[in-house]
Amino acid sequence: MRTLFLLLLSLGLVWTSTAQPGPDQLRADAPNSVLIQNATVHTVTNGTLETTDILVRDGVIASIGSNLSAPSGVETYDASGMHVMPGIIDAHSHIAISDVNEATSPVTAHVSVGDVLDPYDVRLYRALAGGVTTSHVMHGSANAIGGQNETIKHRYGMTHPDALRMEEAPRTIKFALGENPTRVHGEGRNIVPRTRMGVESVIREAFTEAQRYQAMKDAYEAGNRNAPPPHSERMEVVAGILSGDVMVHAHSYRADEILMLMDVLEDFGVDELVFQHVNEGFKVAPELAAFGAGASIFSDWWAFKFEVYYSTAYNAAILTRNGVNTSINSDSPDLNRHLYHQAAKSQRYGGLSDEEALALITINAAEHLGIDSMVGSIEEGKHADLAIFNHHPLSIYAVAQRTYVDGVVRFDRDEDPDDMRLRVDPESVVEETFVWHDADIRHGACMQGTGTHLHATESGLHLHH
Amino acid sequence: MLRIAPLLLCLVLWMPTDSFAQNTPAQRTDIAITNARLVTVTNGVIENGTLVIRADTIAALGADVEVPDDIPARFNADGQSVYPGLIDSGTRLGLVEISSLSETRDFSEIGDLTPHMQALTAVNPNSVSIPVTRLNGVTTVITEPSGGQWPGQAALIDLLGYTPQQMHVAGVQYMVLNFPSTGRRGTGDTRSEEDIEQEAQEALEALNELWDDATLYAEIQARQDEAEPGHFTEYAPAYDALVPVVTGEQPIMLKADKAADILDALAWAEERGITDQIVLSGASEGWRVADTIAEAGVPVLTGPVIALPSRQSDRYDKPYANAGLMHEAGVQVALRTGEDSNVRNLPFHAGFAAAYGMGADAALEAITIVPARIFGIDDRVGSLEVGKQATLFVADGDPFEPATQVTRLHINGYNVPLQSRHTELYDEFIERSPGLDK
Repeated sequence: MRTLFLLLLSLGLVWTSTAQPGPDQLRADAPNSVLIQNATVHTVTNGTLETTDILVRDGVIASIGSNLSAPSGVETYDASGMHVMPGIIDAHSHIAISDVNEATSPVTAHVSVGDVLDPYDVRLYRALAGGVTTSHVMHGSANAIGGQNETIKHRYGMTHPDALRMEEAPRTIKFALGENPTRVHGEGRNIVPRTRMGVESVIREAFTEAQRYQAMKDAYEAGNRNAPPPHSERMEVVAGILSGDVMVHAHSYRADEILMLMDVLEDFGVDELVFQHVNEGFKVAPELAAFGAGASIFSDWWAFKFEVYYSTAYNAAILTRNGVNTSINSDSPDLNRHLYHQAAKSQRYGGLSDEEALALITINAAEHLGIDSMVGSIEEGKHADLAIFNHHPLSIYAVAQRTYVDGVVRFDRDEDPDDMRLRVDPESVVEETFVWHDADIRHGACMQGTGTHLHATESGLHLHH
Repeated sequence: MLRIAPLLLCLVLWMPTDSFAQNTPAQRTDIAITNARLVTVTNGVIENGTLVIRADTIAALGADVEVPDDIPARFNADGQSVYPGLIDSGTRLGLVEISSLSETRDFSEIGDLTPHMQALTAVNPNSVSIPVTRLNGVTTVITEPSGGQWPGQAALIDLLGYTPQQMHVAGVQYMVLNFPSTGRRGTGDTRSEEDIEQEAQEALEALNELWDDATLYAEIQARQDEAEPGHFTEYAPAYDALVPVVTGEQPIMLKADKAADILDALAWAEERGITDQIVLSGASEGWRVADTIAEAGVPVLTGPVIALPSRQSDRYDKPYANAGLMHEAGVQVALRTGEDSNVRNLPFHAGFAAAYGMGADAALEAITIVPARIFGIDDRVGSLEVGKQATLFVADGDPFEPATQVTRLHINGYNVPLQSRHTELYDEFIERSPGLDK
C-alpha cells in the first residue's frame, strides 16, 4: 500500500498541493453566472428594490437594475414574487472544524481553528438551506486568550479544506471573559484565572509580554541587541493584536467584564474590538458606542447560566438605538439554520425596521469581520452571495429557495436530494439517530473540547456555554 | 358604597401605569373587548366582534353582541385580533431557573423509578421565565420532569398564580414514561450501537417486570380491606404512584423519538391494552411512521419544531415538516417546545410548522384546541367560545409573525400586565440615565 502511494506520489498523482482547492463533489459543472429576474431585492445598504434583476458574472454582482438581459450562455432564474437578500453572515459558529477548544492554557493565541477545517461537515449545507453563505468559525471560550478563528465561505461540495477559506478576510482571535475561562482554568486546573480579576490580569500580562517581545525584536533589527528573542508563535500572534493585524472577538456576558476589556485594549492602544454574546451589552451601550466596539449577540438566549440571568431580548434594539454596531449570530448548528428568523425577533423586541433587522445578519456582521467591502449587501462589485426566499425573509413563513455563494448555487430547495452528505464513513453506524428534544442538549458549542462542557445527569448530557 | 364601587374600579383601570412600579399585580374586572377580530379557532374568524369577559369566563362573543350595562370596562381593540391563549404541550417551565446551576434544576430526581415525583411540587410560581413566556401569548403549558424510566408526573399549568395549585389546570397530570430508547442523546453520547441496543432491551425487560409487579401491587392494595386488619403491605411510594397508571386511571405521556422506538412503544401499549391511555411525546421521527401512529389513534405532542434533523442523512427541513406530515397522515398533533427559559418561542415553532407544510390554521390548532382536546379540557380552554375560560390575548397581527405585538393578555379573566424582566430592562436601559457622563 505504502509502495503504491510512493509510486503515485512520484508520478504526481497524489494531491499534495495545499493552495489548490480539491474537486467539487456537488457543483463541479455549476455556472457562477446567472441572471436573477423580477425579484424584490433587499440590498440592505441601498433600500429595497421591487421587480429588479441582478446579473451575476463570474461570481460577482455585475449589475442591478430592471429589464437586464442575459449575456449569451448565462442562465436566468425567474424570481417573480420572491425576495433576494445578501447571503447571511454568521459571526459566531463552530461548524466545519474538528476541534473547538485548546483548553490547556489560559493563553493559546498560537493555535488556529483554520488548521482543522472540515469541508465534509453537512452542517455547512444545512446552514446554506437557511441562507447562510459566510461563517466566522471560532475557537471555543475556554481560555482568556483563545485561538485564532477562520472566516469561511459555505462552498459545500468542495473537498479541500482551503476551499472553504475566505482568503480576503482579516485575521481574528477569540478572547473569553467570565465564567468559562474561570471554570476551566481556575476551578478545573487550579491556575489563574479563577476570577474576573484574574482574567484581566492574564490578558494584561500577555499583552505586556508581547510588547516586550516586539521591543526586543525591534531592538535586534535596529542593531541594538545581539540576538532576537527566542521565537514564540504565541507572542507573534499577541503582538499582532497590538499592532492591529489580528482583531479581537471577545466572548463576554457581563457589563463589568465588557468595560474591563475596553479599558485594557485602550491602555494598549488597540481600537478594533468586537464583543461576542455580550448579553449585558445593553447596560453599557453608551460606553460600547463611545469605544466603537461591535456587539455580536444572541437574539433571545438567556438564563442558561448565571452570567446571563439579567438579560433581555431587547438587547439588539437597545444597542442599535444607542449607536452600537450590532449583529446577531448563532453559536449553534441549529440556530444558524434560521438566522433570518433570529433577526426578525428584533422587531418583536424593540421594533427595529426591516432594514435594521436584516443588517444584523448581513452588513453589520460583515463589518465585525472586516469583510464589508466584499459581502454583506447587494451592491455591484460585491461577491454574488445571495439568499432567495419565497416570502419576506423576516416573515415566519419565509422558506429559503436558493442560496448562491460566489455566484454558484449551493442550495436549491427544489433540486437537491434529501441526503446531502459528501462522505459516508464506512465504519459509522448505519442511520445513526440523535434525539434532541431536551433544551439543554441543543444549545451552543463554545465549550466543546474542554472536558467540562458535557455534564452527564439522569436526563442526559448537558452543554454549558 | 356599592354604587361607587364600579366607578372606583374604572378609575383604577384608567390610572396610567406607574413607571416605577415593580411587578404590577394582575386584576380581574368584567370587561368588553370591542372592535376586535375574534379568531375563535373552532368557529372561524369574526370581524368587528365584541367579546365580553365576566369574572373568569367568556360571557359573550360575536359580531352583534350588546355589551350588558353592568360590564364596567371597555377595551377598544381597534381592529386588532383576539386569540385563545397558546398551549405548549411540553416544557420545563418553572422547574429550572438557571439551567447550568444544579441548585436551580428541579426536574430530575435521582433514580430510574421515581413516578411519585410531581412536577407541580417544584413549580416556582415566581420564576422570572414565566412573565417572559406569557408576554408572547403563551398562557398554559405542560411542565415535565425528566430522567430515568419513570421520571415523575407532568402537570398542566396556567402561567398566572402564586401557588402551584392556583396555576394547576383542571387537575391534569400525566405520568411520564421514557420508553426504552435506541437513539443517541446528542453527539456527546459515544456508546457503541451494541451497548445502546442492550441497554434498551434491558430497560424494556425492566419496564415489563415493573408493570407486572405494579399490577400485582395494585391488586393487593385493592384487597387490603379484606385482609386482616392488622396486616400492612410494605411501604412502596413508587408503586403507590403507579397504581392509578396500571389500573388505567391516569394517562401516560409516553416518550419516544426514534421511528423504531415509536413503533415498539405503540406495539407495547397495544400488548398491554393501554393504547387509549397513552399520548406520545417527542416523536421527532414521527413522520417516518405517521401512518402507524394514525392507525393506532394515539395523539402526539411533538417538538421542538425548530430543531436539527435526527439523522445526518435526513433532509434538512424534516423537523420543521414533521408535525405537518403527521397531521396530513391523520394524527392528532399538538406542539411542544421542550424549552425552559424560551417557551415564549412556541408561536414561532408553530409558524415554522405552518410554513413547512402544516398550514397556519392547523398549526394554530396544534397550540390551542388540539392540546385542549388531548388533555380533556376543551370544555374550558383552547378556543374562544361562550362559557370557556377567559384565557386569551390581543395582538396587532398574526401571533406567529415575529413583528407582531401582543397588546393585552387575560388569564382566567385576570388582566395580566405586559411586564417581564426583559421589558423592564428595556425600559430602564433604552435611554440610560445617567448616560455616558457622570
